Amino acid sequence: MENKNKNSEALKRIESELKKCVKCGACRAHCPAFATFGKEPAVARGKVALAQHLLKGDIELDDATYSAMSKCLLCGSCVEKCPNNVPTDEIVMVAREALSNQRGLTTFHSAVGRVIANRSLMKFGAAAARILGPLFFRKVPETSGLRLRFPLPFVGGKRHIPPLAKKPFLERHPEVIPGEPGKPRIVYFVGCMTNFCYPQVGEAALALFRHLGCTVIIPKNQQCCGLPGMSGGDLDTVRELAEANLAALEKYEADYIMTACATCGGALHKFYPNLIGKRHPALAARLKAVADKTVDAAQLLHKLGLKPEETGAGNEVRITYHDPCHLRTRAITSQPRELLRGAPGIELAEMEGADKCCGLGGTFNVYHYESSLAINKMKSAAIIKTGAQAVATGCPGCMMQLSDGLKQHGSSVQVVHTLQVLARRLLKS
Amino acid sequence: MLSQKILDELKKIVGPDNVATDRQDLICYGYDATQMEFLPDAVVHPGSTDEVAAVLKLANAAKFPVFPRGAGSGFTGGALPKGGGVVLVVTRLNRILRIDTENLIAEVEPGVVTEQFQQEVEKLGLFYPPDPASLKFSTLGGNVAENAGGPRCVKYGVTRDFVMGLEVVLPTGEIIRTGGETYKGVVGYDLTRLLCGSEGTLGVITKIIFKLLPLPEAKKTMLTIFDSIDGAAKAVSTIIGNKIIPTTLEFMDYATLQCVNKRFSLGIPDNGRAVLLIEVDGDRDLIEKQATRIQELIKPLGLVECKIAKDAAESEALWKVRRLVSPSLRDVNPDKFNEDIVVPRSKVPDVIRVIEKIQQRYDIPIVNFGHAGDGNIHVNVMIDKSVPGQEEKAHKAIAEIFQAALDLNGTMSGEHGVGLAKQPYIHLELKPAQVAAMQAIKQALDPNNILNPGKMFPVGQQCAPE
Repeated sequence: MENKNKNSEALKRIESELKKCVKCGACRAHCPAFATFGKEPAVARGKVALAQHLLKGDIELDDATYSAMSKCLLCGSCVEKCPNNVPTDEIVMVAREALSNQRGLTTFHSAVGRVIANRSLMKFGAAAARILGPLFFRKVPETSGLRLRFPLPFVGGKRHIPPLAKKPFLERHPEVIPGEPGKPRIVYFVGCMTNFCYPQVGEAALALFRHLGCTVIIPKNQQCCGLPGMSGGDLDTVRELAEANLAALEKYEADYIMTACATCGGALHKFYPNLIGKRHPALAARLKAVADKTVDAAQLLHKLGLKPEETGAGNEVRITYHDPCHLRTRAITSQPRELLRGAPGIELAEMEGADKCCGLGGTFNVYHYESSLAINKMKSAAIIKTGAQAVATGCPGCMMQLSDGLKQHGSSVQVVHTLQVLARRLLKS
Repeated sequence: MLSQKILDELKKIVGPDNVATDRQDLICYGYDATQMEFLPDAVVHPGSTDEVAAVLKLANAAKFPVFPRGAGSGFTGGALPKGGGVVLVVTRLNRILRIDTENLIAEVEPGVVTEQFQQEVEKLGLFYPPDPASLKFSTLGGNVAENAGGPRCVKYGVTRDFVMGLEVVLPTGEIIRTGGETYKGVVGYDLTRLLCGSEGTLGVITKIIFKLLPLPEAKKTMLTIFDSIDGAAKAVSTIIGNKIIPTTLEFMDYATLQCVNKRFSLGIPDNGRAVLLIEVDGDRDLIEKQATRIQELIKPLGLVECKIAKDAAESEALWKVRRLVSPSLRDVNPDKFNEDIVVPRSKVPDVIRVIEKIQQRYDIPIVNFGHAGDGNIHVNVMIDKSVPGQEEKAHKAIAEIFQAALDLNGTMSGEHGVGLAKQPYIHLELKPAQVAAMQAIKQALDPNNILNPGKMFPVGQQCAPE
């Protein structure tokens, strides 16, 4: 009963958003999930219709509803292109919340929730994976029964996972790295992928902002942004994380809260206020204040006027750029390109469909790996077609997915974060 | 209700994965852009012409209705399963079978998305002009079934003008071909033209042969702002009267401009009362000349401002004004009835004036924009359905708007068709003998009335006397 009330409350909260959808079908042109599944329940219009019927109470939170709602990458392309700005990504998250209330979290999402809610568990998990990962998942032939004994969807098959950092980024630096007086004070929200898998992205961010004289603050007690939990409907865990992050981020007076991860940026800037703020009015004003201060690293470097004045590297390199969904939906598309074009020795070659999702979609690629691969395949082909030596992007999640796709294509195109390119090209080594 | 036996038969025909009966699937194939909803009993996704034929044969034997559907983006409910039955979705039939650069024709399946087709032919230097507003997601089969139009229609014509031949499964399950690959052909009745715009009531289109044109070398876009609706309308007839046929002549009235300006501040001057978006295409030198000539011609007609795009990006910025109309409308009122009347192009100001009077009489906002070049105006009656009495008022206003279009020798639909939405008004335009002739055709092709029944013709309603 309690869950039912909770669900109808959550759905009621989005009633006015649901009414905005006029079923015109424009979302059919932009939805990567619809492009692979090809059937209407996979597209935004269909999911909105199902949410409307859930609200009316004439369909159940059963397998068919679950299946439809799971087929969304939360990429937001439907929201961007919708003539009526229907926030289907948020609607899907609310529907997933209702599903998890009713049916309980899936085993996978429940595990995700436990891990992301607990930094020490995450650290332990990362350490364990670092030691055991190669043993279990790389050196084991695909045909081995051992793989079959560990049918973890996210490490199964041919998937390439980045090696884990020997020392997480958050353990490498002091909490406050003072800059020049009068220069901006930046609180850096690092994010799990950068912390555990791509610390080099964090190092590049640090180098670039220090180069500009900024004070960089890296709060030690920051947690996961919670987006993996959000995508599974586990909004209770996300609320806990949001509260912990608020405490960490509010501790210092800062001009900006900066992320170099599109996903974390999306969470702080958009999903926290829209999903958690609406459920927990006591947090709303604080979440809004954090959202207002949150900027993407490329956006901030562009704003602060990073110039190609010094150079660390020489060779001409052709690079292509992939727009992460959570930067594109915040209209951060021109700044990274301009920065890359401004870097010495960089030729920026646009790929076809640079603004299209890479297919990761948070946990989408766990449940719909084949579709995720199909989307990724188109992306890899577009990257390869440009003839670029490297693809740059602004999201470590995308970096993982792009690397996976390119390696499976047998491609040697390097995957890098925009900040890595800029740090290499603009700073004296 | 379909029996388990029929569902099993359907599964045998198209495969179990391509028959859906979950309530969630039925909901997702029960709507279109009309805001109406009817749940089917099953959704079937055939993958070939033979499968379509087998479904229709089964439907004839078991007497259940079949509703063909493309993207479900229609504005009149043409694909909605009113009364229940099987929704037959053709989107799996989505291959471009061939593009013949020698004969300038292409053969496609009905589920191909219009814009994708355009892009593919343009890669080869060819051109498929029909451009309905829904081109990014609507399917070519739906375009043919509804005879879709679009802004470029003033110069190039509508979908029908590009259809040379069809493969069609008749309601009884026979597969026929109509027309062909030749520009000329006078053997027998012209079934191709009959089927174009037949709203899925006479057959299921399974292949289409399109005529293509060479891709024009260049285009030029101009946004022209006038101090009166008459000035803009006069500009249309003046340009065409001077033997220039632009690719598009899109028009927006004052109410539309106010809507768009409120939300997006487009810099339309205060004395701007109507906008005409003009585009010419063709040889690079020719369009320069045409653009200059157009400016000379329209200057004395109350022209306030003329913005000319220098490149593709600027052209897109000008088109944006037109594209923002639809999202802006919802600021006026949450619910809209989007009607698509057509009048002879010289009568556009007359019909706008009548609509203004109707708007005042019923006290509901009406916003007009559309394709002035061919007299096709999208009349948007904006209401709030939650306000008691508004919907009734809107229906009365719409009937008067249709009558006004007919009084000016126009028609009540240029591109949306009749479907379910316009049935109550069809008697205003069609006389009983016309309806009888049309129904005789339907009866001959679909003796059991299984294909898209209940569409186009009102059930049990008298048409206007002769």
